[in-house]
Amino acid sequence: MSLTAAFFAIIRRDLILALRRRSEIANPLFFFVLVITLFPLGVGARPQLLQAIAPGIIWVSALLAAMLSLDSLFRSDFDDGSLEQLLLSPHPVSVLILGKVFAHWLVTGLPLLLIAPLLAVFLGMPNQALGVLLLTLLLGTPVLSLIGAIGVALTVGLRRGGMILSLLVLPLYVPVLIFASNAVTMAATGLPVVAQLNILAAMLLLALTLAPWPTAAALKMSVS
Amino acid sequence: MSLARPVSLVAEGLSCIRDDRVLFSDLAFQVTNRQVLLLEGRNGSGKTSLLRILCGFREPDAGEVRWCGEPISDVQYRIDMAYVGHLEGIKKELTVLENLHVALALAQAGACSIGAALARVQLAGFDDVPAQALSAGQKRRLSLARLLITHNALWILDEPFTALDRQGIALIEQLMAEHCDQGGMIVLTSHHELNLPTVDVQRIRLA
Repeated sequence: MSLTAAFFAIIRRDLILALRRRSEIANPLFFFVLVITLFPLGVGARPQLLQAIAPGIIWVSALLAAMLSLDSLFRSDFDDGSLEQLLLSPHPVSVLILGKVFAHWLVTGLPLLLIAPLLAVFLGMPNQALGVLLLTLLLGTPVLSLIGAIGVALTVGLRRGGMILSLLVLPLYVPVLIFASNAVTMAATGLPVVAQLNILAAMLLLALTLAPWPTAAALKMSVS
Repeated sequence: MSLARPVSLVAEGLSCIRDDRVLFSDLAFQVTNRQVLLLEGRNGSGKTSLLRILCGFREPDAGEVRWCGEPISDVQYRIDMAYVGHLEGIKKELTVLENLHVALALAQAGACSIGAALARVQLAGFDDVPAQALSAGQKRRLSLARLLITHNALWILDEPFTALDRQGIALIEQLMAEHCDQGGMIVLTSHHELNLPTVDVQRIRLA
């Protein structure tokens, strides 16, 4: 079997699995919507204040939702031995892992992208910023998944890895958060945001090419 | 599948230390075509650790394992070997057929088709049953069906007879004998007495 066939077989398998365990899709999305709808209740319905903090709220919620969903990336494969079989495959493990991360992003990242415009309008974000918000989410959330994969791969063998996972991963998420929410804030005031978007795109390319390697190495360590 | 190519698994001076306890040291063996290596020993004597070293999951604390003269980190080894461990590597939400398709996509195809393999392990007609609806013995047979559909010369089996009834055990022994007849080799651990009269069985007792 060819590598491309294996790559798509992994994506297909993970999508079928996600479809049969629907809570995996629903949980991060539910969390994302819930946090954002609770904010106006907490800070009070002051449109100007909400408008000012909207980019931050949306991005922080997206970041936490992404982190919440990370554990499901390798957990069940680790528990039932599928991970061992994946690592024993003659195909390069990093490519197979890229397939897994991509499927995971389709299930947990893409829904955030789809619901975000609605929530942005809900927070009173100006229309000219919506496009940029979507672009930052499109560029940023895959980076969160790819970086998160390294962290999960390192902690999947531990019984209580949740705390360590957040400590490992959160600092690495910070640059994405800074550039993404800054881009949306500036777009809302009508300033150019090409620089921030370029940096996010660079982060995505860097993560795409570099993250699968340490993830593969960490997974090999976790099963030993 | 007839395996004409001579292959060999050689271990030299292997030792494994776990939590300051020496499980085994200076262990050496050689397995070639048509041979079975049976690892025996009490619980906790290092059988599974040895198998995981042979799979490449664990580095030996000393010594090395070679496949046809090359170190087992070589990709050829992963093409030629198949492993069924304690954890069966079956997704319980996927059907029997989907599980085998994934296994096939991850390896090179063997001589046996999926349908033929399912018939061979007496799971014909279970194609669209989710794996979680299978009994423990059926799951075990499904994980062993993976060995039949993929190309492999070396089977590494960790307690393959757990959860199987008497017929299941006889079936697996027959599959093992056929695999060896065709030039394959097997390394396994088992508490069950092996009944393989036609095959050259080596035994290593880990103390």
